[in-house]
Amino acid sequence: MAEPNVIVDNPEPAGDTREQDLIACVQRGQHELFYELVRPYERRVYAAALAILRNEAEAEDVAQEAVLKALANIRQFRAESRFSTWLIQITVNEALMRRRRQRTRAVESIDDHRDEEGEYRPRDFADWREIPSEALERKEVRQKLAEALGSLDRKYREVFMLRDMEQLNIQETAETLGISIASVKTRLLRARLMLRDLLASGWEQGWFSHPPVGKGNKPW
Amino acid sequence: MVVTCEQVWREISNYLEDETDSPLRAAMDDHFRTCKSCASVLAGTRNVVALYGDERMIEVPAGFGRRLEKKIAEGVRGGRAGWSTWSTWLVPVAALLLIGGGIRLANSLTSNPPVKSPLAELGHDIPPDMPVVVSVATRTFHVAGCDFIHNKDTVRTMKASEAIREGYVPCVRCLRKYLSAAGSPAGVDAEAITADEALKDGDGD
Repeated sequence: MAEPNVIVDNPEPAGDTREQDLIACVQRGQHELFYELVRPYERRVYAAALAILRNEAEAEDVAQEAVLKALANIRQFRAESRFSTWLIQITVNEALMRRRRQRTRAVESIDDHRDEEGEYRPRDFADWREIPSEALERKEVRQKLAEALGSLDRKYREVFMLRDMEQLNIQETAETLGISIASVKTRLLRARLMLRDLLASGWEQGWFSHPPVGKGNKPW
Repeated sequence: MVVTCEQVWREISNYLEDETDSPLRAAMDDHFRTCKSCASVLAGTRNVVALYGDERMIEVPAGFGRRLEKKIAEGVRGGRAGWSTWSTWLVPVAALLLIGGGIRLANSLTSNPPVKSPLAELGHDIPPDMPVVVSVATRTFHVAGCDFIHNKDTVRTMKASEAIREGYVPCVRCLRKYLSAAGSPAGVDAEAITADEALKDGDGD
């Protein structure tokens, strides 16, 4: 295994003075610059809300609310955390609150604080071809990936989304979701392995001819 | 050191995060060289992380950015900017206090420490003599044994009324029954602790 193995946290460019300047300006009252500040992260804000709410209209609404809340609290932002992390955490809080208000999945929310016993065993050991990055240009591929992610239980999906899509580190993920670091690691492992199995079987079977991932089609 | 396939699967996520110690990492590297199945698991897991970590995976609805920009502009015009959530209820509350002419009340409020988490719900009908615990550098009081107590080595026990007087707010987990939207400041939810606060404290939900 000569290839690099390590996932590196995705820090924003060191000394991003442009962003720091923008933050300072907005904090001093130039609020019209706020959109410029959040624009690089607007996709991530939306994705975070969507991963939790799983409804596009709700996600957009919450994303807007979260951004407005960040604007309202911009003076409380301190440079010890990354602006993007702060923004994503506000979004996650807003989305979780929205979901609680809906009270549609109360039973699951209790269960979600327990990690499953036992270990997840990979099911598919076929050779993995590297999926070329260009594949993501195809809407069908993105759709399949989104379906696979959507088929995960909420507790796995949220941890995976924050760590591997939003690039929060393990501790930030734990703080955002109010769970322990150990739980984050357990859930992240399961999420990655489950997604791997889902994608492996889909890829082997022709991917596009593979039926959509549904409740009755989960391999675990 | 030799590792089994089961150990490799258990540690593969940590391996990718570079959170395995050197002997384990070396053993896993050896294992991957000889075990085709585990090499497949590693390659696949890495593929998953790479694919989902790609920005192109995040699609936003058409016009999302434009609508967001408009919403922000409206927020700026509407005076939400720089006007933190707690201010929106703190000012009316202060005005009410002044209108009531309650100088004594005002004095008693100013003599108390400020609420440690201004966005959190203060709770209602909490029995004043109920024993609760607080810990250093946190903002929340808990029932003893709550899983969400931080800095457990600094825990001290007191009455709920004392904790409230010191500015602590009730834990949204173990004291949830004392929290409700009706008891919170206008527009503020129990879990509406900002990420900034969550980062510093972690007591929030």
